[in-house]
Amino acid sequence: MMDFWQYAFMQRALIGGVMVGLLTAIIGVYIVLKGMSFIGAGVAHASFGGVALGFLLGIDPLWAAVAFCLAVAWGIGAVTRRGGIKEDTAVGIFFASTMAFGVLLIGLIQGYNIDLFSYLFGSILAITAADLKMVLGVGVLVLLTVALLYKEFLFITFDPETARVSGLPEPALYYLLLALIALTVVISIKVVGIVLVSALLVTPAAAAYQLSRSFGKMMALSAFFGVFSVIVGLVLSYYLNTASGATIVLTATAIFGLTLLWRRWQEAA
Amino acid sequence: MSTSPPIIELRHVSVAYGKIKVLDDVNLTVPEGAFLAIIGPNGAGKTTLVRTILGLVKPIEGEVLVFGKPPQELGALRREIGYVPQMHTVDLKFPVRVRDVVMMGRYARLGLFRRPRQADAQAVARAMAKVGIEDLADRPLSDLSGGQRQRVFLARALATEPRLLILDEPTAGVDAQTSTSLYELLRRFQQEGMTVLMVSHDVGVVSQYVDGVACVNRRLVAHGRPEVVLTDSTLAEMYGCQAMFFHHGRVPHMVVRAGENTGKEQQR
Repeated sequence: MMDFWQYAFMQRALIGGVMVGLLTAIIGVYIVLKGMSFIGAGVAHASFGGVALGFLLGIDPLWAAVAFCLAVAWGIGAVTRRGGIKEDTAVGIFFASTMAFGVLLIGLIQGYNIDLFSYLFGSILAITAADLKMVLGVGVLVLLTVALLYKEFLFITFDPETARVSGLPEPALYYLLLALIALTVVISIKVVGIVLVSALLVTPAAAAYQLSRSFGKMMALSAFFGVFSVIVGLVLSYYLNTASGATIVLTATAIFGLTLLWRRWQEAA
Repeated sequence: MSTSPPIIELRHVSVAYGKIKVLDDVNLTVPEGAFLAIIGPNGAGKTTLVRTILGLVKPIEGEVLVFGKPPQELGALRREIGYVPQMHTVDLKFPVRVRDVVMMGRYARLGLFRRPRQADAQAVARAMAKVGIEDLADRPLSDLSGGQRQRVFLARALATEPRLLILDEPTAGVDAQTSTSLYELLRRFQQEGMTVLMVSHDVGVVSQYVDGVACVNRRLVAHGRPEVVLTDSTLAEMYGCQAMFFHHGRVPHMVVRAGENTGKEQQR
């Protein structure tokens, strides 16, 4: 029954996948509550430009994507906060232009034998030991930051203006949150791919939101749904021989659908 | 005249959003222990005045002093300010319990990274008791009525143990009885030594509780004790000739003709 566990690539996929499921679900809580889901999608698509830049310069595409996504996330934040432009407009501009930048760079690269498909839709079964190290390292860093600044992030998500009035460094915390989103997006690329990252950033947290009456409960439930979706999706894809990233995302969507039905049923009762 | 320095002092303050001047040459002094209402029509700059005092908006001219310092340089003195924002600025469906909202009032005092301790839990319990919401502590915010929610935000401001309490339209969207009991509560805090500054458009009722009103309509039209300030001419200057005033008791009551003064108060 547990025969998939005997393969090293499957073990790496599960360990990396669980970390990514946990991370996206926890960062996703802030994204859903702060109404930043378009930012998540925007930063995810921007990583395409970063990956392309990495190939062109001959550096690790994921590390190039880290730098690129950080710049884009902060760019969106700065344009919104200082430029007086609406957040969704800012994201819309960065979203398409960074994709275009990536496409342009890919065209410049001689040979054109890059496996773009694996970046766009994930290649969780091809996670190398080095990839896994990066996923776990960055993952622990992000989780530790969230744990240390749990109360501050709660305050700026719930009521940023009063947080600022009370003396919390609200702008700095907002930019830090954007950085955490960027890091989370990049390490999720290997697992579900650029196109599907935004689903993991939103869906488990949105499902948890349906059932939660306190912030801590939403965090715990979202983390559970995220990890559960990755494990179930991965195992299902192994036995059904389907694309792993897509199966994981659809598992999360199914959970969301069930929570929606559950809530409607509860409200009707 | 009080000899202690004023809690808030505005000297020739002008604020603009782009090219539009929202506040023009405002002078205002709030002495320690005052209960002051800022009144005026919608779009008159009341919220901007509060945001300027809080340091969220920088004036283009003039000087703002809170506790004798510019608001941007308050540092640890920020904890002496309790702030109750306008209700519509927060997501009322946010999954959070009453106790956790009130605890936010302790965060800045705690400092970064630190977790709340027992002393903070006690301060939260005291703040909830002061406004009479102890029994709501474990309820989610989304379950509460408008009046109950208002008290939660007031308790959060009290949990910081402030010297200065600032409220922006605390009675927007709550019924008359709830408003009255809120005003009574605020007057009690004032009697305990707190300085209270409140934005309101509830001219008639407010003036029975406060000991000062500042009438704002881009400029400071008048400032002083309610029965002195709230004359026909002040109100007419503030609201224009669309308003009618009725006298019974100390202070005139006002009726604004429907369809006027509905411009949304400008934010940011």
